[in-house]
Amino acid sequence: MKTAKSAPRMVVDWTACDGRGLCAELLPELVSRDEWGFPLIPDPTVPAALRDHAERAVAACPRLALRLAST
Amino acid sequence: MTILFDEHVQTGAEVAAYGALMGPSPASQRELRAHLVAHGAVPATDAHAVLRLAVDSGLTGHGGAGFPLYRKLEAVIAARGRAIVVANGAEGEPASAKDRWLLARRPHLVLDGLQLVARATNATDAYLYANHRLEVAVLTDLLAERRRSGLDPVSVTVIAAPDAFISGEETAVVSHISGSAALPRFKSARVTERGVRGRPTLVSNVETLALLALIARRGAAWFRSAGTPDAPGTMLLTVGGAVRAPGIVETGHGTPLADVLALADGPSTHLQAVLLGGYHGTWLTAEEFASAKLSRSELAALGASPGAGVVVALGAGTCGLVEMSRVMSYLAEESAGQCGPCLNGLPRIANELKSVAFGDGGGRRAVNEMLRLGGIVVGRGACHHPDGSMRFLRSGLRVFAAEVELHLAGRCSRTSGDVVLPTAVTR
Repeated sequence: MKTAKSAPRMVVDWTACDGRGLCAELLPELVSRDEWGFPLIPDPTVPAALRDHAERAVAACPRLALRLAST
Repeated sequence: MTILFDEHVQTGAEVAAYGALMGPSPASQRELRAHLVAHGAVPATDAHAVLRLAVDSGLTGHGGAGFPLYRKLEAVIAARGRAIVVANGAEGEPASAKDRWLLARRPHLVLDGLQLVARATNATDAYLYANHRLEVAVLTDLLAERRRSGLDPVSVTVIAAPDAFISGEETAVVSHISGSAALPRFKSARVTERGVRGRPTLVSNVETLALLALIARRGAAWFRSAGTPDAPGTMLLTVGGAVRAPGIVETGHGTPLADVLALADGPSTHLQAVLLGGYHGTWLTAEEFASAKLSRSELAALGASPGAGVVVALGAGTCGLVEMSRVMSYLAEESAGQCGPCLNGLPRIANELKSVAFGDGGGRRAVNEMLRLGGIVVGRGACHHPDGSMRFLRSGLRVFAAEVELHLAGRCSRTSGDVVLPTAVTR
């Protein structure tokens, strides 16, 4: 897995997140859900191969709680 | 000498009348004249000279994180827009009283320091964000007198911090002063770039500012004559629990922690553990505490930190689990309720702990469950409330491991009904 310094990271705005779960559906490679439905992202680094999927998940979040941050 | 400072706070007396902030006498310097007699006026210094003093003195923040003041100043100076400065005296931590002591007894040092950082950052607005127990009218009168005396070129607005554990968190401070609720915010930008009303903002603890006011008068070398090379100067501590004279003390960084207890006239009974750094802090065994120093770098090896200077000694006859249970329930209640893992997780964790502490049959399953849930809440919030709460719990489960086993066997070592760790009145 690529983890170059320039790789973006998934960031959750926890004050906005409602646990709707779209991110886990669209990006199961990186995101699962805890017992209350909130996203669990053990390694937030987004590999190049998943970049498009990650951007789709960010765009789909109904609460605008998911972001891609460059490191 | 023991002067009751605040009857609502268990740990509320001044006991050591020396050190940079306490001076030769703990007497109040609330009167402007008493302040000027004790300290003289702040020398005229330009913006660059103030920054220079912050760099040369090595002054770090006294709100808990220990971040160097000069780096915050530089960030605000470099940011675009008219700066705002904030003296943070929220002190939401129930076991801490040192910021209230400062604002009650040394308010002019804090306000001198606020003007100094305003000068350094060319700020146009300044705020004093004060603990809810302090009277806004009293502070406003002090400020009016300073203004009349020409001491405050930048006018200062007093804002009462809401009575909440997290109301002093930097983004909560910024949010409240901007006109919203005092709740932590998602950190999309640093407040030094976009803070109060979107402007570059310096939020600095009141003790940090008071020390800067002394450094401006006496110089960086004077400040460095106390403390250690990597942590210069002194700090105020609120020492409570099983000590003979609970209260506020002042001592240099690097002081042996055993000497810190001696400043509070020593332990009042045989000690089993000490809480260092407050309710987001770390429990240490009495032996670990006795051999450690008040040093951020050395305490890091024990997973501990001086934090904002809270020290609570737990004596024999009290039960660490009962004490922790009450505090964890309080911390769960003090969740701002914004972030799912904290809102859902902390009450569950607190209930599992309660079942072990009060022998409701939680058993080993409950211990494992609170640790498992802890793993889910840590690192998953807008602020460090879940992380800090779990540091408190995990370190306590280690230090009170024998007490845990006792409880699992249906017993408890508690022989006294005393409440040691204070929690605010439930709202």
